Amino acid sequence: MVMTPEVLTLSNTPVLFTVAMLLKIAVAFVVMILIVAYATYAERKIIGRMQTRMGPTMTGPKGLLQPIADGLKLFFKEDIVPSQAHTFAFALAPMMLLVPAFLAIAVIPFGSDFQFTYDGVLYTVPLQITDLNVGVLFILAMAGLGVYGIVLAGLASNSKYSLLGGIRSTAQMISYELAAGLSIVAIFMLSETLSMRGIVLAQHGPLWGIEGLSFIPNWYIFTQPLAFGLFIISSMAEVNRTPFDLPEAETELVSGFCTEYSSMKYALFFMAEYANMITVSAIAVTLFLGGWSGPFFGWMNFLIKIFAFMFFFIWIRATFPRLRYDQLMHLGWKVLLPLALANIVVTGIAVLI
Amino acid sequence: MELLLFYLVAIAAIASAFFVVKCRNPINSALNLVTTFICLAVYYVMLESPFMAAIQIIVYAGAIIVLIIFVIMLLNFGQKVKGRYTHGLAAGGLVSALMLLVGSQFVRFGEATGTGGEITSAVLTEVGHTELIGRALFLDFVLPFEIAAILLLIAIVGALIIAKQKV
Repeated sequence: MVMTPEVLTLSNTPVLFTVAMLLKIAVAFVVMILIVAYATYAERKIIGRMQTRMGPTMTGPKGLLQPIADGLKLFFKEDIVPSQAHTFAFALAPMMLLVPAFLAIAVIPFGSDFQFTYDGVLYTVPLQITDLNVGVLFILAMAGLGVYGIVLAGLASNSKYSLLGGIRSTAQMISYELAAGLSIVAIFMLSETLSMRGIVLAQHGPLWGIEGLSFIPNWYIFTQPLAFGLFIISSMAEVNRTPFDLPEAETELVSGFCTEYSSMKYALFFMAEYANMITVSAIAVTLFLGGWSGPFFGWMNFLIKIFAFMFFFIWIRATFPRLRYDQLMHLGWKVLLPLALANIVVTGIAVLI
Repeated sequence: MELLLFYLVAIAAIASAFFVVKCRNPINSALNLVTTFICLAVYYVMLESPFMAAIQIIVYAGAIIVLIIFVIMLLNFGQKVKGRYTHGLAAGGLVSALMLLVGSQFVRFGEATGTGGEITSAVLTEVGHTELIGRALFLDFVLPFEIAAILLLIAIVGALIIAKQKV
C-alpha cells in the first residue's frame, strides 16, 4: 500500500514538528562543532604532510585527541582584557564573527526528504532547518554581518596592530563580498528561485536536459564554471584564508585583529575561521555541486563534498604565498568584479535566447 | 504571539534608536543603529516581505554602517568627543516632544484611506514577494528606477572628483 506522506507543519502536528525541528537544529549544530574541531586537526596533519613533517602525533592515537587538548588548554588560560580596550565591544566581537557563520547553515539543505512512520501515519521531513524563499539573500546578509566581528575586534582592542588588521580586513571583505554576491546572481538567473532547496532541485536530472548526457549531472558548475571560480576565490578572501589572510599577516601585524585576544575569546575567533570555511563550502556545494545529489545517501554526499572543499582550502593554504595589499585590491575590483558583471550579461543573453 | 513579538521588537527598536542619540561614543551609536535596522528587518518579515528584510540587512547593516564604522575608525574619534555638544539638549527635547504631539494628532484625526489594495497576503504567498518587487521595479517603474541609478552614478563620480583632484 502506498501512502502519500504528510508534511510536518506547526499547525497540524505541533509536538512532532517541534521535536523534529529541535532535533534538526541540534544535529546540525553538533556536527558543525565536531567538523570545526577536527578541521584544525586535519589542517595541521595535511599541511604537515605537504611540508614533509608529521603534524600532531603525541596526544592520543595519531594525535587524534589534539583538538580536545587545545580546547581545554585555551579554556583554562587567563582571559586578558587590555586596560584601554572598549570592554563591551571587545567581548562582543568574537561572538559577532561566530554567530553569523552558524546562522547561515540554517537555510542549507543537507539531505533529501526523510520519511518516518509515527502512529500509523507516514510523515516526511525536509532535511533542512528552514527553507526560506529568500535563502540566498539570507546567506548574503549573514556574510555582511560577519564583517562586524572583525571591525569591532580591530577597533575595541585599542592597539595599532589590531586596528590595521581590522581596517585591512574590512576593506577586503567589502570588496570581495560584491564579487561573491554578483557571481551568485548568475546562478539564480538560471534556477529562477532564491530558495536553496529549489536551487538544489533545479540541479537534478541530466546535463542541460539532454538524455545522452545523463552520466553527467546537471550541476551548475558545468553550466557556470566562471561563476564557480569567482565564487570560490572571493569567498576564500571573505573568510580570510591564505592567499588572502592579510588581516592576520603574522610577519607584519603580529596577529592582526586578534592580537590582543586570549583564552576562550581567541578560541572563538579560531572556531569562527573554520566555521566560516564550512559555511562557505556548504554554500558552494549547494549552489554549484548539486547539494545532496550523488551516489550515496543524501547527507553522505553532502558531507563528502564539504570535506573535499575543506581539503581544497587547506591545500591552497599550503601552496600559495600571501598577496600584497595592492595586488589584493587590484584583483578584487579590476579582475573579479568586471568578470562577474560580464558573466551576468552573458548569462542574461543566454537565458533570453 | 505575533503581538507579543511586535511589542518586544518595538521596545528594542525604540530603546536602540534612543541610544543612537544618547551614546557619547560614536562606536556605540553605530552599534545601536545596527540593532535598530535589524529590528526594522524583523518588521519587514512580519509584514510578509522577506525580500525587503534581507535587503535591509544586506544594504544598511552590512554595507552602510560598516562604512560609517570604517570612517570612525580612520578618524579615530575615541573618547574625546565626550562632554562636548550638550548645549542643544533642552531645545532638542522640546522639539521632539512637539513632533511626537503633532504626529500623534495626525494619526488620531487623520482618516484611513482605502485599505486593501491589490497586493494582499494571499497574492503575496501565491506569487511571491521577490517576483512582485522585481516586476514593479523592472516593468512598471523602470524609468524612475533607471533615473535613480544614474543619479547614484553621478554621485559616485562627483565623490571621486572631489576626493581625487589630480586624476
